[in-house]
Amino acid sequence: MSGQHGDDRSSANGAVGNGGRNGRHAATGPGDDGTDVRHDPHAAPDHDAVPRGLTAGAEPGAAPGAGDEGFGSGGFGGRFGGFGSGGGGGRRKRRGGGRGGEDLMVPEAEFTSYYGRPILHKPKWETLDIAGYLFLGGLAGSSSVLAAGATATGRPALARACKVGSLVAISGSVVALVHDLGRPDRFANMLRTVKPSSPMSVGSWILTAYGPAAGIAAVTSVTGWFPRIGKLATFAAAATGPAVAAYTAPLIADTAVPTWHAGHEELPFLFVSSGAMAAGGLGMIAAPVAQAGPARRAALIGGVAEVAITRFMERRMGLPGETLRQGKAGTLMRAAAALSLGGAVVGGIGGRWSRAAAVVGGLAAMAGSACTRFGIFEAGVASTQDPKYVVQPQRERLEKRAASSGSSSGDTQGRADEWAA
Amino acid sequence: MAFDLSALGSFLRSDDPPEAGGYPDPAPRVGFFTDTSVCIGCKACEVACKEWNAIPEDGLTFTGMSYDNSEHLGASTWRHVAFIEQQRPMGAPSSAAPAAGGSGGPVDLGMPAMPGGAGAPAAADDGSGDRTGLRWLMASDVCKHCTHAACLDVCPTGALFRTEFGTVVVQEDVCNGCGYCVSACPYGVIETRKDDGRAWKCTMCYDRLGAGQEPACAKACPTDSIQFGDLDELRVRAQARVEQLHEAGVPEARLYGADPNDGVGGDGAFFLLLDEPEVYGLPPDPVVTTRDLPVMWRNAALAAGALLIGLAVTFLGRKR
Repeated sequence: MSGQHGDDRSSANGAVGNGGRNGRHAATGPGDDGTDVRHDPHAAPDHDAVPRGLTAGAEPGAAPGAGDEGFGSGGFGGRFGGFGSGGGGGRRKRRGGGRGGEDLMVPEAEFTSYYGRPILHKPKWETLDIAGYLFLGGLAGSSSVLAAGATATGRPALARACKVGSLVAISGSVVALVHDLGRPDRFANMLRTVKPSSPMSVGSWILTAYGPAAGIAAVTSVTGWFPRIGKLATFAAAATGPAVAAYTAPLIADTAVPTWHAGHEELPFLFVSSGAMAAGGLGMIAAPVAQAGPARRAALIGGVAEVAITRFMERRMGLPGETLRQGKAGTLMRAAAALSLGGAVVGGIGGRWSRAAAVVGGLAAMAGSACTRFGIFEAGVASTQDPKYVVQPQRERLEKRAASSGSSSGDTQGRADEWAA
Repeated sequence: MAFDLSALGSFLRSDDPPEAGGYPDPAPRVGFFTDTSVCIGCKACEVACKEWNAIPEDGLTFTGMSYDNSEHLGASTWRHVAFIEQQRPMGAPSSAAPAAGGSGGPVDLGMPAMPGGAGAPAAADDGSGDRTGLRWLMASDVCKHCTHAACLDVCPTGALFRTEFGTVVVQEDVCNGCGYCVSACPYGVIETRKDDGRAWKCTMCYDRLGAGQEPACAKACPTDSIQFGDLDELRVRAQARVEQLHEAGVPEARLYGADPNDGVGGDGAFFLLLDEPEVYGLPPDPVVTTRDLPVMWRNAALAAGALLIGLAVTFLGRKR
């Protein structure tokens, strides 16, 4: 047993490629013992002398057996290294060896990388500009819808507040967006082309349609000039506002940033919920209780939906989802959940009777929406800074594909199928 | 769904190289085949690239990462030579059995005097540890000039474009530095320069290609590790090289980015690697982010509709 164990390890070593994959099993397999290259004191001497790539490459056999996964990964290893079942067997048995006092000279790596360096570049976008824009855009777009409803149902104070709010928010958005450009003087180049493959191009045109409408709606509402044009602009802004609130989700999801892309299906719904809550908050703060009914309901529904969709998204994301729970992003997301739910309850329910509750709840709802946007932004940035968020999900994908096909030609076919889908 | 997502998908990819890159009469698609098995880490490619393209200095740092001092591809680093030092058995017979309960096995890390690991290197076949040695991997990384290029897809100004050679190039007089391409690239290649604001990356020496010359890096490479040519021909040559290496007893040799069915539709610049891609700092299974854009647009449309209807509903009921 021991001899064969040695055999297998040697084979696995020949199959250099196995390192990363086995390492990943170390982290995710059912038999995970929690050893991590970055935390194991034994790792220290290696770290000084050699890259992590080596660490795992030299010790593939040291990955825990991960029991039932042994077969699949063994076969997979064979595909690259030509040691097929030998590697798998070694892996399956190693665990006993590892426990039996065989000191882990090289710790189990959870993945390999180039000196632990990030694979992706950090987003070039400034947090204040772009996360701020995600918040302001959602606020503006949703406020315009509320404003149109308020205009149509005779709630002048709510309408005016939402129109002015959306103009301020969208103006701030444009300033932030232009400020974030490397060449702000070339902002007009955004309108050189129409590219459906670029959410930023589509967004530029959406803002071009929405901005003037929101502006005219606000100015006519405050001054009382040109009431008919004002009404037209109000409804034009309400028609384009939801696009402003929703397109920012593809804007950030259509990137290689692991956390943002992993949420690409849920983010649009999350962002419109968040926007509706923020607009509701604004309406509650600015309009008298008697007119703010729709704003309260928007904050209540939006707030609950925002928190629920966030949880749902986080669970579906897999590994990158953990960036939403850690560090600065984790703090922001926890604050967001508390503020959003608090704002929804205090403002959305308490605001029916108390102006003070409406203001406090409204502020909380707006702050909650902002925290959500900043939290998601920061989580995405964090996910580009650790290569594991790039490597591990891609490894899992490769393995799933290999397991379902079992051959390299099937692998290619699998990819082709994904494209066709 | 109300509209056909796959139709939208193929529309979004309609001007990629399989469709001639949008050119009525394109030149054959060209590319790089970087055979890392013969790279000697001389960095002539880095220097030639810098010289020819007049790229500014990218930091004179000592990284401690073997001989790597350029760290990563970026705005001012269009060729990057990676250095990976690996301890691995060199031809150690696989039957070498470790002493029962011994700490070494055939894996010798070559660390001087592992505490408590007495006799660890003795497990190597000749007892001296000479047969277990250092393996030095070197690889010259470059922009992949993807078939489905995310940077090009997301560029809102059209500054990034597909050339008649099937490569991807930034027009620096159009780029406004929005930075979308930086986050879209699944390889972490393109980047903006801080002082200049615009995005920069390898052009595959577009100016030289136009004059019938090969790119500066390929021209300078002394071992032909960097090979330039028609992509179809390079793929055939690369496949032959892999088979040659497999026969010579290098089973770990594999191609990276050569498969036209991979997540980016195949790379215009692809590689022969001797280990997993992530060891070289490359993503193992990159996918162009715009592949999922049809789903994103559909969900954004649904979400926008839900917002409109949802907020309209808040106005129903008694007026309060």
